[in-house]
Amino acid sequence: MPVSVVRIVSLVAFLAAWFLLASLGGDPTVLPSPLDLVRPFLQEAGSGELLEHMSATILRVIAAFSIAMAAGFGLGLIMGTYPGFDRWLDPWLVVFLNLPALVLIVLCYLWIGLTDVAAVAAVALNKIPGVATVIREGARALDPDLKAMARVYQVRRTTFLHHFVLPQLAPYIAGAARSGLAVIWKVVLVVEFLGRSNGIGFQIHLYFQLFDVTMVLVYSLSFIAFMLAVEWLLVQPAESRVRAWRQA
Amino acid sequence: MISVDIIAKGFGTTPILKDISFEVSKGECVAILGQSGIGKSTLLRLVAGLDQDYEGVVRRPDQMAFVFQEPTLLAWRSAIDNILIVHPEMSEPAAREMLDKVGLAEHTALFPRQMSLGQQRRLSLARAFAGRPELLLLDEPFASLDGSTAAAMIVLTRRLIRERMPSTLFVTHSTDEANALADRTLVLAGTPATVVRNEDRREKQREKAS
Repeated sequence: MPVSVVRIVSLVAFLAAWFLLASLGGDPTVLPSPLDLVRPFLQEAGSGELLEHMSATILRVIAAFSIAMAAGFGLGLIMGTYPGFDRWLDPWLVVFLNLPALVLIVLCYLWIGLTDVAAVAAVALNKIPGVATVIREGARALDPDLKAMARVYQVRRTTFLHHFVLPQLAPYIAGAARSGLAVIWKVVLVVEFLGRSNGIGFQIHLYFQLFDVTMVLVYSLSFIAFMLAVEWLLVQPAESRVRAWRQA
Repeated sequence: MISVDIIAKGFGTTPILKDISFEVSKGECVAILGQSGIGKSTLLRLVAGLDQDYEGVVRRPDQMAFVFQEPTLLAWRSAIDNILIVHPEMSEPAAREMLDKVGLAEHTALFPRQMSLGQQRRLSLARAFAGRPELLLLDEPFASLDGSTAAAMIVLTRRLIRERMPSTLFVTHSTDEANALADRTLVLAGTPATVVRNEDRREKQREKAS
């Protein structure tokens, strides 16, 4: 059975289970059925509210993800390549890896203010150590013979990075990006919940205070659907292209 | 020409090489013979400048090529890209011509994993000669090949060396390979290893002929 068919059947089964639970529960204020979400969803989409809050969240996710990947990649590459740097920075990495996201968010809001800079900084700082750890392992695993070959043939640094290093690090970058995205968007919802005035997290906070399960689900599932679309339409095809030479 | 004068080389407290001095003239092919683990590959890496931790002096030209024991190819790029990435000054037609010379004309678009070991070694050889090196270093280039493939590789290597005339230094544990390719053989032995024999095969052949 093709993968896309399996996915659709699986999602339909999920919806069917949801229908069943909602009808067994009987209280739409506790667990509304999927159909109960349709009109509120269309209302929010039609009014522009959904798009406005979704856009705010997506922008924060993109900003935090870009910073976390860039800084984490650079840090991981340096730590994996130069043992001296690794010895000095490793304790800091361990501290930040174990620092709860909530603590980072609260401290950033307290030190920087209730701003988008603080929000994005908190999310990025939370994820940078994870990315750096993965990339460091990749840098440590770089083929020394390829490095020797590049040295003998006096390959330019940019060529070395582009054609020798990045392809070897591609699986590690993909892994860091995959786990990074999965964590980042959840932490973005938390920073919005705690200290922003727009975004999916803010809307969830708002409807939580109103005990409105339907609207909480409308906003949550809308964003999950968007992230699934990103996964299936962007991330997985990109990963397949990067891995094409392995299947040759 | 290259000039090698290694006074001492060790790993930690273990001495590996000692008092190794020789020169290789332009166009000359010198084989380094010795049993496994004696330090032949270590010596080759010192000559290539890949290991700077030794006592002594090595003078080598800038244009160098190294054929490693493993083909050491970019697995994620095609055969022709493996040449063009390392030699960006080379044109694509010239790279195709080089691949044709080593019998890989039909394989330009293949990835290394789609090629046999013999073909990968040929690609490695093509990459080495593509840059017109003044110094060619080969580390057991025919190891792990079956008899007929190794014989074909030896013929190909000899043809390319005679065409391009680099100074060539190659490591082998096979006297047959040394006899087939080398103008001169250096035999390493002892612990730490040193040159125990430096035999000019051309002189020997001249003496035999007379």
